[in-house]
Amino acid sequence: MSIPPDSSRIVITGVGLTAPGGSNTLAEFRQQVLAGRSGITTLDLRYMDPAPAGLCDFPETQYRKKKENKRGTRSGCIGVYCAGEALADAGIDFSEYDRSRTGVYIGLTEHGTVETENEVYNISGFDYNVDYWTHHHNPRTVLNNPAGEITMNLGVTGPHYSVGAACAAGNAALIQGCQMLRLGEVDFALCGGISECTGSFGIFASFRAQGALAENNDPTMASRPFDRDRNGIVISEGGCVFTLERLDKALARGARIYGEIAGHAMNSDARDFVLPYGPRQAECIRLALDRAGLAPADITIINTHATGTRQGDVEECKALREVFADCPGTRVNNTKSLIGHAMGAAGVLELAANLPAFTDNQVHATINLDNLDPDCALPGLVAGEPEELSNVDTILNTSFGMVGINSVVIVKRFVAK
Amino acid sequence: MTRDEIKDMILEIIEDIDEDAEFDGLDADKPLRDQLDLDSMDFLDIVMELRKRHKLQIPEEEYPELATLTSCVNYLEPKLKEA
Repeated sequence: MSIPPDSSRIVITGVGLTAPGGSNTLAEFRQQVLAGRSGITTLDLRYMDPAPAGLCDFPETQYRKKKENKRGTRSGCIGVYCAGEALADAGIDFSEYDRSRTGVYIGLTEHGTVETENEVYNISGFDYNVDYWTHHHNPRTVLNNPAGEITMNLGVTGPHYSVGAACAAGNAALIQGCQMLRLGEVDFALCGGISECTGSFGIFASFRAQGALAENNDPTMASRPFDRDRNGIVISEGGCVFTLERLDKALARGARIYGEIAGHAMNSDARDFVLPYGPRQAECIRLALDRAGLAPADITIINTHATGTRQGDVEECKALREVFADCPGTRVNNTKSLIGHAMGAAGVLELAANLPAFTDNQVHATINLDNLDPDCALPGLVAGEPEELSNVDTILNTSFGMVGINSVVIVKRFVAK
Repeated sequence: MTRDEIKDMILEIIEDIDEDAEFDGLDADKPLRDQLDLDSMDFLDIVMELRKRHKLQIPEEEYPELATLTSCVNYLEPKLKEA
């Protein structure tokens, strides 16, 4: 395989995140997932019974004032924190890159649901008189909101927008950042995903109506992908923002490189509103492998999307079984078992949970896998305890979403050539 | 409400919008926006809070009456006499 020039190789140089369970840095998050500590708790919800959920607890006023958090959205608050942390982690203060040549691309499963529900609830206290509807509603609910709040906070004047791609959105935004860097549209990208879904009773109620909302007396046991006794999704909030740079500039400034984007792909099922489709997922995985110039056996860790629904987990396992039929060295894990489903943030948070494997050679475990569903029995599935490998060269992350959207991102350990 | 009560209410509303607002040295006869970190959206927050607390409907053309603390009190005093 020919090596592309350094100006078209894209590397991750900074990570900012907040994850359920109190992890607010990559190091804390890595510690949490290696310890197998669930970040799931119980959330009281408007109009319905409490449900297991993943909630974040981060220093909300570290990068902006409380006044701005009140005016903006929970997504904006999470985004500003994650972007600020990513920049600090990357050691970037915009003396290296022009703010007008910086792009902010944020993946969202949905946006505006939380704000609209809150506002309807607010006017219910005033006999539904819309004179009491807030003037903040529109700036809070425009789809570019969290990305825009990040640019206002950082003074970034380059492009910003959201990438709406259901639960594939985090990966989609990461891919968008890569593409804009390769196209020369920007020189530096902040990209990732955010979820404020735990603020919406409607999202919980809709999953429950589908029979897809997890229930368990112990919330830490509720998220159990691949387990025979799984009964649905645990909804989480969270965020993760990566700094992406072209390799030549990253090397020139002596940046620490977490990994290189080796390949990526997205496609559509074109079949069903909610049901996933393994064969199309397999096509997406193969496309990403082809673009990366890798064979299935070259993948060290497959970080799965599986959410803990009966059909979703089985479909993904079918796809993985087909593509990775003869890959004895490949390991499989699942981060949602630890932090639930962070929706738009899922792909990127889960990738972040695994990125340190390039340096510590550990594969974090899938937890709550007490009775493996035979239909989910994949060779190389790491459960219960982390597994140490001699070398981790590649991580393949899958993220799939409703209305039939699939995404795959492959990151490889950076090797200068 | 007395003039002092109205003044305190306005400051309380502003503090609710921005708890870092610094009222020491605030000149009651100078525009609030020149002295505090307030913009047009914050003023709409004040208008909304007055609506919620006292069912006051302030027409847009009268918003300038809320420019200074003194003008706020002058404008609101007759409206909140019975409050």
